[in-house]
Amino acid sequence: MNIDSDKPDTGDELATDVLSDELTPIKKHSGFYGGLVLPTAKHILAEQPLRYAPLPAEVVLPLSQHAGMPATPIVTVGQAVLRGECIAAANGFVSATIHASSSGTVTAIEERPVPHPSGLNAPCIVIETDGADRWCEPDPVVGDYHTEDPVRVRQRVRDAGIVGLGGAVFPTSTKLTARADTNVHTLILNGAECDPDISCDETLMRQRPDDIIAGARIVLHVLQVNRCVIGVEEDKPQCEDALRASVEKFDDDRFEVVRVPAIYPEGSERQLIQALSGYEVPSNGLPLDIGFVCINVATAAAINTAITDGRSLTERTVTVTGDGIKEPANVVARLGTPISSLVDVCGGYAEDVNRLVVGGAMMGFAVGDDNIPVIKACNSVLAMTPEHARQATGIRPCIRCGECARVCPSRLLPQQLYWYAGSHDHDKLERYNIFDCIECGCCDYVCPSNIRLSQHFRFAKTEIAIREADRQRAAVARDRFDNRNKRLMEEKARRDERLAEKKQQAVAAADIHQRRQVIQEVMQRVRAREAADNHNSADIR
Amino acid sequence: MTAALILLVGVTLLIALALMAFARALEVEGTPETDALDALLPQTQCGQCKFDGCRPYADAIARGEADIDRCPPGGQEVIREIALLLGRDVIPLNPEYGHETAREIAFVDEQLCIGCKKCIQACPVDAIVGAPKLMHTVIADECTGCKLCVPVCPVDCITMLPAVTGIRAWKISRPKREPRARID
Repeated sequence: MNIDSDKPDTGDELATDVLSDELTPIKKHSGFYGGLVLPTAKHILAEQPLRYAPLPAEVVLPLSQHAGMPATPIVTVGQAVLRGECIAAANGFVSATIHASSSGTVTAIEERPVPHPSGLNAPCIVIETDGADRWCEPDPVVGDYHTEDPVRVRQRVRDAGIVGLGGAVFPTSTKLTARADTNVHTLILNGAECDPDISCDETLMRQRPDDIIAGARIVLHVLQVNRCVIGVEEDKPQCEDALRASVEKFDDDRFEVVRVPAIYPEGSERQLIQALSGYEVPSNGLPLDIGFVCINVATAAAINTAITDGRSLTERTVTVTGDGIKEPANVVARLGTPISSLVDVCGGYAEDVNRLVVGGAMMGFAVGDDNIPVIKACNSVLAMTPEHARQATGIRPCIRCGECARVCPSRLLPQQLYWYAGSHDHDKLERYNIFDCIECGCCDYVCPSNIRLSQHFRFAKTEIAIREADRQRAAVARDRFDNRNKRLMEEKARRDERLAEKKQQAVAAADIHQRRQVIQEVMQRVRAREAADNHNSADIR
Repeated sequence: MTAALILLVGVTLLIALALMAFARALEVEGTPETDALDALLPQTQCGQCKFDGCRPYADAIARGEADIDRCPPGGQEVIREIALLLGRDVIPLNPEYGHETAREIAFVDEQLCIGCKKCIQACPVDAIVGAPKLMHTVIADECTGCKLCVPVCPVDCITMLPAVTGIRAWKISRPKREPRARID
């Protein structure tokens, strides 16, 4: 796919590869607008047994594995930790805790390479494992959650460090926090894993449907909601059967399993809600605004583990695939395990791998190194060979064919946004609702000119967000500057007033002095005359 | 004929009076251009433009007394926005007034600070707290990075540090656009 091509763009080559391979068929009735039916071979992978990554010599746990503020370390170097022990606390409402993924000793809290499009290092807690993989005592708030206060159960979900495991890693407890102005009526379980290469959720739905349903029941209790709709794509009938059987087993009539068309990006929360309910999540809004809460099936299973077993989130399933991998498989790995070790479990690399992508071919990013840890967001590792990687052979001008607008699931006009992004016209971009772009990459996929539209949009969104933050900072600074000037002026006025008062007093004081003198002079004259008078009268006598 | 003339003059006078009345009633306070320009400026209040703050500079631009290339903290983005607002050409930042840098904030080395209060008086946004003979510190969230506190410090204990570092400071780079179309 055309994400971050490492081939130079020469611009004058013809896109024979793109034009020859029949532009992607577009399904007409999908429950949401646009989207793509992508060729996939991932279902074979879901039939295979799970593989398990071995315990690494050290686990590297980045402090920022979730959306929101990075966690704050609460361990010190040299401290012994057990698996499942909290090593970093959530920092704010939108944040998540992080737990040791194996027992051992904290050897460092330092910057290490992490899965990030920048390729930069970020703060991590490094634990040297002791090989015993001993779990800490399960959290006490477990057992029969039915009788427990929903708020406490939610707190336990938060303490277990659970975030959306579909890839967006939004803290789940934040999602489950009700708002006073909305009334949640339906929980949606997202079983629509639409990326053409990722099959970790599919494997989970087939192999552990009971965990998913049990987790969803806990969420229903937390939300105090009596309806749960599970959306499963039509190309995963085995998952559907497994989930139905599980619902039957629990004998829970609050659940409903619904088949949805297998159209990318069906797994996007907004698109899934629209496909299932016909309601569209408002622009700039959240599913909560229309009474839905949507969580991934893997997240539900993790919630079950956290509440029923009292064990925090320390591992996840990762799809290791691509034709650059010898034996593609779904691998269960402790968080912090290096990606290279996952590749080893899958038989290693094929010969001519030229790109490693984390997070799926459509929305992921290329990484330059396989010595980076598996984090909560890491749903797949894709190794590509030159044949597999669809090369963007030269970007050509937009010909206004409108293919992108036809596939955009958010019903935007990508070609128009591209135009405005080029001229930094932020007002127009916002008026054309750039922030409703979910960066699914459908427009990139169909663009006959090989323009990486979603990258332009990602860039423009960042630019606008930075400018907005600048503006807010400027507004605060303006207020503080004005207030300071006002205060300084008031202080000066007060000082002037005081000075004037003193001057007046001084003047007044001077007056009295003068008057006294005058009075004294007059008195002297009077006394002199009296003395003379007395003298005269004495003479007369 | 006379009647027509009187009528015309009368109507003209009436309209003139009405216009005068409207002009007075709808008079805009201050200069709207200054407000609009001030809204675009970064409010660093650093004085690098050689004016006593952002608003005086905005006013000078509005009156045509200063060019739009004098604001290093705002950088090229602010120049572009001002140019767009005023319908002028985008020009590069004039290096005479400084260079565009990543956002910085002041940092007081508390070991060295003697508590002289000079930086507190210099700070245009009251972002430094402290008391006489007690160490001072910068409220990082409020600091605009104007650098005005740096030269006044008698013990040189104030340094400018990047506001964000590492992975949080990383920005996605501008994707490549298509080459210009050629007509050969």
